[in-house]
Order: sequence, then structure tokens, then C-alpha cells
Amino acid sequence: MKTAEEKLKDFDAYIESEEKIEPKDWMPDEYRKTMIRQLSQHAHSEVIGMQPEGNWVLRAPSLRAKKILLAKIQDEGGHGLYLYSAAETLGISRDEMIEQLHSVKAKYSSIFNYPALTWADIGAIGWLVDGAAIVNQISLQRTSYGPYSRAMVRICKEESFHQRQGYEIMTTMMNGTAEQKEMAQDAMNRWWWPSLMMFGPPDNESAHTKQSMQWKIKRESNDVLRQRFIDKTVDQAHFIGITVPDKNMKFNESTQHWEISPIDWEEFKQVISGNGPCNHKRLSHHIKVHKQGKWVREAALAFSKNQQKNKATLFTN
Amino acid sequence: MSTTDNQLPLWEVFIQSKSGTPHKHAGSIHASDKNMALENARDIYTRRGEGRNIWVVLSDQIAASKTEDEAEFFDPADDKVYRHPSFYKVPDGVKNM
Ligand SMILES: [Fe+2]
Ligand SMILES: [Fe+2]
Repeated sequence: MKTAEEKLKDFDAYIESEEKIEPKDWMPDEYRKTMIRQLSQHAHSEVIGMQPEGNWVLRAPSLRAKKILLAKIQDEGGHGLYLYSAAETLGISRDEMIEQLHSVKAKYSSIFNYPALTWADIGAIGWLVDGAAIVNQISLQRTSYGPYSRAMVRICKEESFHQRQGYEIMTTMMNGTAEQKEMAQDAMNRWWWPSLMMFGPPDNESAHTKQSMQWKIKRESNDVLRQRFIDKTVDQAHFIGITVPDKNMKFNESTQHWEISPIDWEEFKQVISGNGPCNHKRLSHHIKVHKQGKWVREAALAFSKNQQKNKATLFTN
Repeated sequence: MSTTDNQLPLWEVFIQSKSGTPHKHAGSIHASDKNMALENARDIYTRRGEGRNIWVVLSDQIAASKTEDEAEFFDPADDKVYRHPSFYKVPDGVKNM
């Protein structure tokens, strides 16, 4: 029998050699806890993220746009389910996760506490929010927990359509009337900074980064990922003539990176601690729909039990 | 599972992508019975034509070997190099073997 210390040493070495941790493998409690926290937070974000976009399904400007938006939202539901399943392999039940979401013990990405006010917001969400998520998720394909890594590979395959459909909306509007251009710019102005906050606090203030990097749960730091997103997105913005709402932003020739103004982390803290524009709405909607679905789950289970009983009597007779 | 609510039993999903290829584990879903499990698996894992056939099995019906026992469990195959064709010497000049 190995001591706890020896097990931990083996575990660290295993991670160091880029092997993946699988559900039944021994792992330190702290690794399991961190993984459950990150997975459930990621899953909740996918599911809550369906709400701002769902708001526009019935008002989409064309049947084509409506079908695309529906498909995108359905994907996000799927992403949530892959991630819940991955979290469940660590011994937490889906009930518990939903309970933690409802009691505000578990968080979801602060970005979904902003409203989608116009059709241009659907463009901005796809382009910026999914764009930021993609940068993060590509990096997470190499995370050390096997089920999480596999879910990320699957999700990344589906995400690039999300970003493209958003950018297409923005491009169309930027080629449209003066009002449409203004709408696109307005959406950009409101979503730019919150998108940058999606990567989390700066590295020197991030509580979880160091251990998460050591265990290869996170592969790259918040600031590195954020910068990658900025560099990609600023060029895309310029390409369609949209302005990045940051007057002091400049290109650093020697580093070849765009340098932005300081991020307003006070806003981030406010939104994440429940004071964003839509926190209450998002959560109460989820709670309501979850309660409404209770009888369906009960009925389905009762039906399946009945069927099994009928089958049993069939065989004994 | 808590007593106040339930999320239905857990199933593992295996998908065959093309005729002639093996079914591969895709992930898991929740469902109350086989039909719901198949439909949920279709909606979750094959939205872009990733499959032509699906198997679902209740997760608690699967037995698995333990990764920490990997070495002992698989050691019967360790000392049997003669199971590989490269173990054998074939005279120079012999073809098609
Ligand atoms: Fe997603
Ligand atoms: Fe997405």
C-alpha cells in the first residue's frame, strides 16, 4: 500500500509526463474539488448563456437567421450537457450541481449577466463572447483531466460556426444603413470590455491560477489568453470598419501586440458578486424552468417503472 | 441522488460513425428508459451527422478494470513477444510473408 505522500508524488509525475487523469484514477482531493468547480462553472455558463440569445429567437430578422440562432443555442445546451457529464464522473450528481447554481454556491461566467438589447448584440455575442470562449477552450483541449479534455475537443469543433455567424451579422450590419452601423458599433461598445473580463482577473490577482497551472488543469494564464484574443479580434474589427472602444489602445511594434487600457475590474467584481444588470433575471428564469420540468421527469420515470413491471409480469405468466 | 428531485438514470453512449467501424464511446446522457436514452444521445452527440448507429447502456452496468492495477492486470501479455510477427526470422529473399 502506498502512502498518501507517495501517491501524490506519483500523481504529480504522471501529470508532468502529460498523461491524462481518468475518472477512476487516484487524485488529490484538491484536484477533484478544483476540477468539479471548474467543470460545473463551465457547464452552467453554457446553459445560462442560452438565455440572452434565446431572447432573440422570435425576433430574428429572417428565417435563415432564426434557424442559425436556434442551432447555435442548441449547441450551447449540448455543451452544457457534455460538461455536466464530465463533472459527474468525479462523483458529484447533476442534482447537486443544479442545486449549487440555484443557491449561488456555484458561479457561471459573468458575461451572461449583460442583456442582449438589439439584433446587433447577437452578432457581438457570437463574434466576441464565443470568440473569447474559443481561445480559452482551445487551450483547455490539453487540460489534464481526460473527460474535460475530450469534451473540449468536441466543443471546439462546434464553436467556430458560432463565431462566424456572429461576425457575419456584424459584417452585414457594417455594410448596411447608417442606423445599422450605429447599432453594430453600439453593441461592440457594450460587449468589448465584458468579453475581455471573461478570461478572469489578471495573473497576479488570480486565486486559482498557480495550482491549476501546476496540475495542468489550466494550460495558459488568464493574461496570455486575453492577449491572444485581443490580437485576433482587433484586426477583425478593423477589417469591417468597427471601432474598438478604447481610445488609448495602441500597437506595440516591438512586441507585435495590441496594448489596451486598464480593465475596470471593479465592474467585474460587481457583476460576479451578483450586481450585474441581469443576474437576478438569469437565475430566477433557470429556477422557474427547472421547477416547471419536475413533473415531466417524474412522469418519465414512473412510465419507465411501469413498463418494466409489465415486462416482468409478461415473463412470469 | 437527492430525494426531492431527480435527473433520471445515467447512460453511456457509443456511436458508430460509418458502416464497418466499431462503436466508440462518445459520452453520457440522462434518460428514464432506452428510447429516451437513444433519442437524447442522438440530440446531444450527433447533431452534425457524426453517427449512423448508437448503442446506449446504463452506466452502472459497466464493469471496468482499474488503471492503478494496469501493470499486474495486463502483465500476462508482457513476456510473449512470440505473438508478434517481428519475433520470427524469415530467410533473406523470401517474399510475400
Ligand atoms: Fe459553447
Ligand atoms: Fe458557442
